[in-house]
Amino acid sequence: MIWAGDIISKFPNFQISKFMLEVKNLHAKVEDKDILKGINLSVKAGEVHAIMGPNGSGKSTLSAVIAGNEHYEMTEGEIILDGEDISEMAPEERAHKGIFLSFQYPVEIPGVSVTNFMKTAINESRKAQGLEEMPANEMLKLIREKSELLEIDRKFLSRSLNEGFSGGEKKRNEIFQMAMLEPKLAILDETDSGLDIDALRIVANGVNKLKSENNAVIVITHYQRLLDYIVPDFVHVLYQGKIVKSGGKELAYELEEKGYDWIKSEN
Amino acid sequence: MELKEKLISSFMAFEEQIDTDTDLHDVRTAALKNFEEKGFPTKKLEAWKYTSLNSVLKNDFTVFPKMESALEFADVKKYFLHEIDTYKVVFIDGVFSSFLSSTTHDGIDVCLMSSALTKPKYKMIIDEYFNKVASQEESLTTLNTAFSKEGAFINIPRSKVADKPIEIMYFSTGNETALMVQPRNLVIAGENSHVQIVERHQSLSGNAVLTNAVTEIFAKKRAIVDYYKLQNDQNSASLIDNTYISQKEMSAVKVHTFSFGGNITRNNLNFFHEGEHIDSTLKGITILDGTQHVDHHTLVRHATPNCESHQNYKGIYGDKSTGVFNGKIYVEKEAQKTDAFQQNNNILLSDKATINAKPQLEIFADDVKCSHGCTIGQLDERAMFYMQSRGIPKKEAKALLMYAFSNEVIESIKIPELKNRINKLIAMKLGVNMGFDL
Repeated sequence: MIWAGDIISKFPNFQISKFMLEVKNLHAKVEDKDILKGINLSVKAGEVHAIMGPNGSGKSTLSAVIAGNEHYEMTEGEIILDGEDISEMAPEERAHKGIFLSFQYPVEIPGVSVTNFMKTAINESRKAQGLEEMPANEMLKLIREKSELLEIDRKFLSRSLNEGFSGGEKKRNEIFQMAMLEPKLAILDETDSGLDIDALRIVANGVNKLKSENNAVIVITHYQRLLDYIVPDFVHVLYQGKIVKSGGKELAYELEEKGYDWIKSEN
Repeated sequence: MELKEKLISSFMAFEEQIDTDTDLHDVRTAALKNFEEKGFPTKKLEAWKYTSLNSVLKNDFTVFPKMESALEFADVKKYFLHEIDTYKVVFIDGVFSSFLSSTTHDGIDVCLMSSALTKPKYKMIIDEYFNKVASQEESLTTLNTAFSKEGAFINIPRSKVADKPIEIMYFSTGNETALMVQPRNLVIAGENSHVQIVERHQSLSGNAVLTNAVTEIFAKKRAIVDYYKLQNDQNSASLIDNTYISQKEMSAVKVHTFSFGGNITRNNLNFFHEGEHIDSTLKGITILDGTQHVDHHTLVRHATPNCESHQNYKGIYGDKSTGVFNGKIYVEKEAQKTDAFQQNNNILLSDKATINAKPQLEIFADDVKCSHGCTIGQLDERAMFYMQSRGIPKKEAKALLMYAFSNEVIESIKIPELKNRINKLIAMKLGVNMGFDL
C-alpha cells in the first residue's frame, strides 16, 4: 500500500491541491507603475468567481497577467494551475494548459478568417498535447455545433477575424472561441461591455451551457448586470490592486446599491 | 580592369559573334555610347540614392558566358512549376539550353531572342518592337541593349491565348567565379491575346552573379498579360531588372514581383500608356532577412484619359535587410479621368532593418483620382498576444500575421500552382510549416 505522504515525499514537486487555480501574493507592474499589489485568489473546479471593482483598480491587468501578457511584469507571487506554477510560461503554453481569456477589446486581424484562426488554434493545442490534427469533417461538425450555440451565422465564420465586427459580434465571437477550445479556466474580461440585452443573453447562455463541474469561470465586470445571467459563487472586490472584500453573490447587489464609493471610503 | 572598361573593350569581341551589317548594330553601338558616357549609376543619382552597386561591381566578372554547361532536369526541377505543363525557355549561364527548354512555334512563338534577332521572318516584328519602349537614356538599360543577343522571345498573335504558362528561367551554375549576364526578353501580346509568364533567375552556387536584364512587353488592344517575377536567389546573386511595358487601349497588364532573396535586387518597372481604358497592376511582396537589399522603383506614366493603375507593395524586413520603394505616378495633362492608386505597407521586424519609402505623384491633369498610402510599422503586439492566448505559438502567430499582411497580393496570383509555390516560399522564409491556407 502506498500512502499519499509517500508519494509527496518521493516527488516533492507533486502537490495535492483542491484548487484549480491559486493566485498567491501576486504583484505586477507596467512601465514602472505598480498595478497589482498582492492578490490572493483560489478557484475550485465547478466554481464561478466574479471580480468587480472601479475603473483602474487592476481588473484587466489581473486577467492579462494570468493569461501571460508579456506587456505586464510580474514582480512577485505565484500563479498555480492544477498544482503547477505557470507564471513563467508563454501565453500559448498557458492556453494549452487550459486557460482562456475573453478579451475586453478583441483584436482585429485582417486576412485571417474566423474558421482558419480556430483551425490553427485547435491544431496547435493538439500538437502541444502530442495529438494528430483534427480531421476536417470533425472540425466542421464542431464549428457547426458551437456556432449554433452562440447563434452565429455561418457566413460570419468566413469573415476576417473581428474585422468590422460590431461590439456584440466581437464578444459573441470570443465566447464562440471559448466553446471551441473548451478551456478549464475561462476568464471573461468585461464581456458585458458594449452588449445590448439580447447579445448579453446569448453570450451568458453560451457560457452557462459550457459550464460544468470540471471547469471554472472568472467573470470580470464593472456592473452587476451580467451576474444576473452568469450567477457567481463568489464575488471579490478589487481596489487599488488588492482584493479588499470577498463574499457571496449578494455582495454584487450591495455594490450595485451602494456604489464603489462605499469601497473607496472604507479603504 | 574595372567592369565598365572591361565591358566596353569586350564589345569588339562581341561584334565578332554577330552580324554587324544591320540596323540592329547601329542600335547597339548607340546604346554602348550612352553607357560609356554615363557608366554605372552611383548614389549621387537621385534614383540610386539608396542602392549602391559598388560592392557588386568590385567582382572580376566574366562577361562572356562560355558554352552551355549541362544541368540535369532532376537537379533543377524544383525551380519550375513542375506540377503542370508549361512552355519553358531556359538559359544556363546565359546560354540557351534546348535540353531543358520546351519552346513552340505552333500558333504562338515561344523561343529564343537570338533567333528572332537573326531570322528574316521575324525582321518586321523586331523592327517594330525591339528597343522601342526600353529607355535609350538609362545607362544600365543601354548597357543591356548594347550586348543584347539572348533571352526569351514571346509573340502571341492576335486573338491567341497561350494554352499554358510560359516559364523563363535563367540558371547560373557557378562554373565561373563571377559571372555577369545580360538577358533580353521581348514579349508581344497581340490584340485580344492572353498570356501568363513566370520569370526567375536562379543561381545554383555561392559564386557571384550579376544579372542586368531588360524585358520589353507590348500589350496590344484588349490584350491580357500576367507577368510574375520570382526573386528568391542566393545571397551571392544580384539582379537589376529593367522592365518596360507599353500598353494599348483596353489592355490589362499585371506584374507581380516576389522578392525573397538575393544580394542586391533592383526592380525598375515602367508602364507607358497609349490608348484609353488601360488597366495596369503592379503588386509585390518583399520578405528579406540577413543583409539582403531590394529596391523597387516603379513608374506609371498616364498619358491618355480614362485609364487605371493599381499598385500594392507589401514589405517585411528582418535582421539588417534594407528595402526601397519609390513609386512614381505621372499623369499628363491629357490624361483626364485617370484613376491611379498606390499602396505600400511595410513591417520592420528588427531595429536594424530599414525601409526607404517614397511615393511620387506628378499630376498635370485636373480631373483625376489619385491616391497613395504608405505605412511602416512593427508587428502588432496586441494581435500577437491575442493569438498566443488562443494557443498559437509565437513563431506561428508571427507567420500568420505576416501571411495575412501579404494576403491581398497572394490572392491575385492567377496560376494556382504558383500561388502554392509562393505560399510555401513564404512559409519557408518565415521558418514555419503552416497547416492553414489563406
